[in-house]
Amino acid sequence: MTLETIESEIEANVPGCVLEIVSNPSPSGQHSLRIDPAHAVAIATFLRDAEPLRLDYCSNVTGVDWPGKEISEKVKIKKLVDGVEQEVEEVRKTQTLGHLEVVYHLYSMEKKHGPVILRMSTEDRADRVHLPSLTPVWRSAEFQEREIFDLYGVIFDGHPDLRRILMWDGFQDHPMRRDYVEPDDFEYEPTPHDEVLERARQHRTIMGVQ
Amino acid sequence: MSTATEAIRIIPKSPGANDEGQWLEVSMGPQHPSTHGVFRMDVVLDGERIVKLKPVFGYLHRNHEKIAENESYLGSMPYTDRLDYFCSLTNNWAYALAVEKLAGIQVPERAEYIRIITAELTRFQNHACLIGFLTQDMGASGTPLMYAFREREKILDLFESLTGARMMCNYMRFGGCRVDLPAGWIEQARAAVASFPRFLDEFEQLLASNEILMARTQGVGVLSKEFAVNAGVSGPVLRASGVNYDVRKADKYGIYDRFAFKIPLGEHGDTYDRYMVRLLEMRESLKILELALRDIPAGPIVDPKTKIRGFRPKPGEAYAHIEAPKGDLGFYLISDGSSNPYRYRVRPPSLVNLTVLEELCIGHNVADVVVILGSIDIVMGEVDR
Amino acid sequence: MFGEGILKGLAETARNFFGSYVSKDRLTTVQFPEQRLPQIEAARNFPFLVYDGEDWQQGMRCVSCFICEKECPPKCIFIEKSTDKKPDAVGKPQFYPKVFNIDVSVCMSCQICVEVCPFDAIKMDVAFEHSTNNRFAGLLWDKKELAKPNEYYRQIHPIEAAAVDAALAEERAKVAAKAKAAADAKAAAIAAAAASTSVEVATEK
Repeated sequence: MTLETIESEIEANVPGCVLEIVSNPSPSGQHSLRIDPAHAVAIATFLRDAEPLRLDYCSNVTGVDWPGKEISEKVKIKKLVDGVEQEVEEVRKTQTLGHLEVVYHLYSMEKKHGPVILRMSTEDRADRVHLPSLTPVWRSAEFQEREIFDLYGVIFDGHPDLRRILMWDGFQDHPMRRDYVEPDDFEYEPTPHDEVLERARQHRTIMGVQ
Repeated sequence: MSTATEAIRIIPKSPGANDEGQWLEVSMGPQHPSTHGVFRMDVVLDGERIVKLKPVFGYLHRNHEKIAENESYLGSMPYTDRLDYFCSLTNNWAYALAVEKLAGIQVPERAEYIRIITAELTRFQNHACLIGFLTQDMGASGTPLMYAFREREKILDLFESLTGARMMCNYMRFGGCRVDLPAGWIEQARAAVASFPRFLDEFEQLLASNEILMARTQGVGVLSKEFAVNAGVSGPVLRASGVNYDVRKADKYGIYDRFAFKIPLGEHGDTYDRYMVRLLEMRESLKILELALRDIPAGPIVDPKTKIRGFRPKPGEAYAHIEAPKGDLGFYLISDGSSNPYRYRVRPPSLVNLTVLEELCIGHNVADVVVILGSIDIVMGEVDR
Repeated sequence: MFGEGILKGLAETARNFFGSYVSKDRLTTVQFPEQRLPQIEAARNFPFLVYDGEDWQQGMRCVSCFICEKECPPKCIFIEKSTDKKPDAVGKPQFYPKVFNIDVSVCMSCQICVEVCPFDAIKMDVAFEHSTNNRFAGLLWDKKELAKPNEYYRQIHPIEAAAVDAALAEERAKVAAKAKAAADAKAAAIAAAAASTSVEVATEK
């Protein structure tokens, strides 16, 4: 079953859902389906229970961080220069918000096919990081969604037990985000490299040691 | 990972119901020999019975995935050894398979055979030792474990002469394997494989009708078929519940489709079935090994087109999974065209299999938790990553 | 049957005990410091730097290309490049490492430095008794501690070393042939130049 037919099946059975096929240019050819968070649980339940697919096994759940990028584009705007209207090129820089993405790899134990890949994105990386939890549909997502919450900071609504799993409870940041800054804990290292070397230098000057 | 405050705490059953008795909250682990590593369970007890059980992870967390994002593709290979440190060769294979999918690399015939041989040897030694640990958890102070270790030694000797290391093998490469089999290796492996059926007979005779083993395992920790599927349990634990799903058959990665082997299935889904499925799986592994050691062709062991230095797959993503001894081990990679993976994810079978631990344990005694946990077969290096 | 298992176990023990007088296979314990198991060709512990000939500084194969430093997964190699050049293993003038440190407390014996080295300069050692009473300086090995002769490499990995030696000999022969050809061409050019000038001189006279 191709992803296109799966898409049309879902569209026929889950009214109002917004789907998008994300193509994968690599030789693996594993294209994925971006689903909208509002209908995620309905889509997941349909995929799990509907007869032709029966994707009863949610194998892998993972987060991906896509930080915001600075996009510079040349824009032509009309300006009054010396009283004459002229077209002037200007470089306009915009900062995109970036988003966090959650990827589900689904297989069918009954029909032995797969993977069907679902993706969901948050709106940004700061506050609007809520996504619906698919743990009520596939219990196997429980620990893996907890891990994404812990390491990426996606908040799964409807998760039965959303706590940190690998880091301790008092921990503040989300270490798998790409802009995560390591705490500045310096340890003597005989073969310092690049940034460690820089850090070692700073600490030595602070400590008054050469 | 929550921080432990007290090891033992008395809590009321419900607010205002003190007269009915009390529950006891016990922190089991992390330094407990039965937890197979640094693993903790927050257990709530009603007398000797388990009421609640919350697994607590993270004591061995080193953010393997973040390390791998800052490493070249090849540089992550030795780190995969350290995930499930009992089965480094299957970890290598799963990662190599994911990269091969990502970059579209073909693997030569001989390398495929070597991969199957090493993976099945890994499965054999993992299951043998697991049964040894399981019986030790039940109080069979070491005899089955020592028997298993004696056989494992033969396999580790084979690994050492092939890869140079006994446990941290770091052997598979993208598009094949690192070195060719040394002279006399196949004969040595054949001799080892020929000696295993005798060991399995002995093992089975020692344990299969043992009264203590049956009393401690039969009907303990029953996992239903539907719940096992929904909870994403994989590997022998899943098959003990009667679900016929083995990635070797379902996905036919490598050249598994050329080998005739059966998938042993359990009926009850209890600890005894999990033990028995592993024992039978070892016999099936021996069948594969015999065939593979007979048919292994001569030829190159690595695809010559794959670069060792400066390996940069095109942008894209790939997910590959294999049937590791512990279950369905998957690697998910996203490439952005640079020499490091943009995203590197391990789908750890041990972690997902622990989802069902609470349900399996509720209603049983504390001593049974140890046995149930032993039958799930976890390695903390993989659970915490 | 009660007691049957115990008797079976005792029989196995007795078989192993008395058998150990007859069969060497049953006597599995190796009395370690006195006795040692034979070395395995593929064995690996920590890397070392190979040098050819007698002088370890002159014969060092490493050209300080930084590939191993970059590829090392736990980043335990530290190299500083020299400013001058010396001939390398095949005779081309190359840089050499002024500093080459390996922190073996960080090294995880993965052999990736050996695989990526294009000059066959770094290889895996098999020695494993390296305990020291200094955690930092004692486990940070410098160039001198790491340098081992090619004869040692041949001794610990005979098959692998033979292949490397053959490849290097071929490379050396190629370089030598090229150098000889260049020298010949140069000599011929000089001779030709000399001949032409002499001819000119002759005609002038």
